[in-house]
Amino acid sequence: MEDVKKLEEFQAKIDAEIKIEPKDWMPEDYRKHLQRQISQHAHSEVIGMQPEGNWISRAPSLRAKVVLLAKIQDEAGHGQYLYAAAETLGKSRDEYIEELQTEKAKYSSIFNYPTLSWADMGAVGWLVDGAAIVNQVSLQRTSYGPYSRAMVRICKEESFHQRQGYEIIAHMAQGTPEQKEMAQDALNRFWWPSLMMFGPHDSDSPNMGNGVKWKIKRETNDELRQKFIDKTVQQAEVIGLTIPDPDLKWNEEKGHYDFGEIDWDEFWNVVKGNGPCNKQRLQHHIKAHEDGKWVREAANAYAQKQKNKQLVA
Amino acid sequence: MTKEEALFNYCLRLGDSSLILGQRMSEWCSNGPIIEEDIALTNIALDLIGQARTMLTYAGQLEGKGRTEDDFAYKRNEREFYNTLLSERPNGHFGDTTIRNFLHSAYYYHLFKVLSNSKDEMIAAHSVKSLKEVTYHLRHSAEWVVRLGDGTEESHQKVQKSFNDLWEYTGDLFEMNKVDELLIKEGIAVDLNDVKKEWLKTINEVLDRATLSKPEDAYMHSGRLNAIHSEYLGHLLAEMQFLPRAYPDAKW
Repeated sequence: MEDVKKLEEFQAKIDAEIKIEPKDWMPEDYRKHLQRQISQHAHSEVIGMQPEGNWISRAPSLRAKVVLLAKIQDEAGHGQYLYAAAETLGKSRDEYIEELQTEKAKYSSIFNYPTLSWADMGAVGWLVDGAAIVNQVSLQRTSYGPYSRAMVRICKEESFHQRQGYEIIAHMAQGTPEQKEMAQDALNRFWWPSLMMFGPHDSDSPNMGNGVKWKIKRETNDELRQKFIDKTVQQAEVIGLTIPDPDLKWNEEKGHYDFGEIDWDEFWNVVKGNGPCNKQRLQHHIKAHEDGKWVREAANAYAQKQKNKQLVA
Repeated sequence: MTKEEALFNYCLRLGDSSLILGQRMSEWCSNGPIIEEDIALTNIALDLIGQARTMLTYAGQLEGKGRTEDDFAYKRNEREFYNTLLSERPNGHFGDTTIRNFLHSAYYYHLFKVLSNSKDEMIAAHSVKSLKEVTYHLRHSAEWVVRLGDGTEESHQKVQKSFNDLWEYTGDLFEMNKVDELLIKEGIAVDLNDVKKEWLKTINEVLDRATLSKPEDAYMHSGRLNAIHSEYLGHLLAEMQFLPRAYPDAKW
């Protein structure tokens, strides 16, 4: 009985657009849904450092190097911020990281694709961050307070990243024939995986559950994907690149672009661990974590010694 | 040698050391022991590459042949780089990187402190700005030296070994030649023997707090002044310079 009443009160708050805060009562499923979603988001920021980090040492100008470094640093900051938001749900960062490393938790599949040329730094910023923004703008209104506030802050930086990425690819699209080829190739490789970032069709989405009712998710996968496509097509046209979808066509009646069928076999394959870089990304993360073990232990031991000294004094 | 020629070389020394150390630090991205440290290490990389840009741009102005920061960074070979031998040492483990940064940051800290009064306005302004950054780099690395030195038995041994291994590259930091001689007379450069005294005080003070011992002064490598480097630099440059070398007509 108690729980039914609490649940009603909880839903009333949600319906009245009052944010749920860490100390508020919440259904266990709501908590679990958020733990999964926010930690997945945090892991994505952290794993996402790898494909871009792949080009820092080879950035073609010092300015480009500084911009890329700053961008990846932002991503690390987002990861840190999101882990903190996830920790308000009663699980530690260490526990979340262990879930990532034991493959109990996922991260965005887009980062399981390799970055093969400098143009990919453009494509990742333009398309991957561009897709992420569409999702994150929507999540600014999510019902859980700490997550919502994290999104507000993150969105500001992401839109900056998206412009930087677009600048790189636009510049290359207008450069030498080789640069233009790299730019088109990057678009060809990242277009479809970017569309997959929004997840399966609404009809096939396993994690929706009460997500919409509880206003964790404010718009569906298909709605968000459509928004992304609608805003990106013109951006490609402006710089003379072709989106690799022969079925892409403006639909006057709907006021949206129609687009071709996404290769869901590829999507599920990558989700299941068979993408080009799944193993590499996870091994990289685990290695860094293990290499850093003695450092974390030393820091803890030192802190403990200082504490003991204070107690004696 | 004219004053301009000497100053040109001096700028390359400062710019190259920042650039190479910055490139090394950027290799830590996504490899740090915790996210906070990943952020701190890339932050240092950002500062250093920023410093390099200022000095290499200034070198180009002094030379007057239209070379840009990127021409200097991407289109010179090993034997034209004047960075410190210490800056090009590989990252190794976190302790190796910490010690390298500590030794180098302490050097920069005391160097920029006095160069802030240089009679060359650009060098002075650059030093004032960089001093703020390297003050943080020094504090950050010194704190880690203490934590690792006075942490666990394992960390103590590891970081003591890092110190012992890197010590022989510190003599190179303080070597001087005619360039220094000429610029010291002009009030532009400083006597590195004086910088060394202050540097040693900092090193000893932090080593003491970290319960580490100073390595014996044995053989010291040199090379910076004559652009003679370890084999590591060539690989670093090959990677860094790949795109502009492979596509010389492209602009990025």
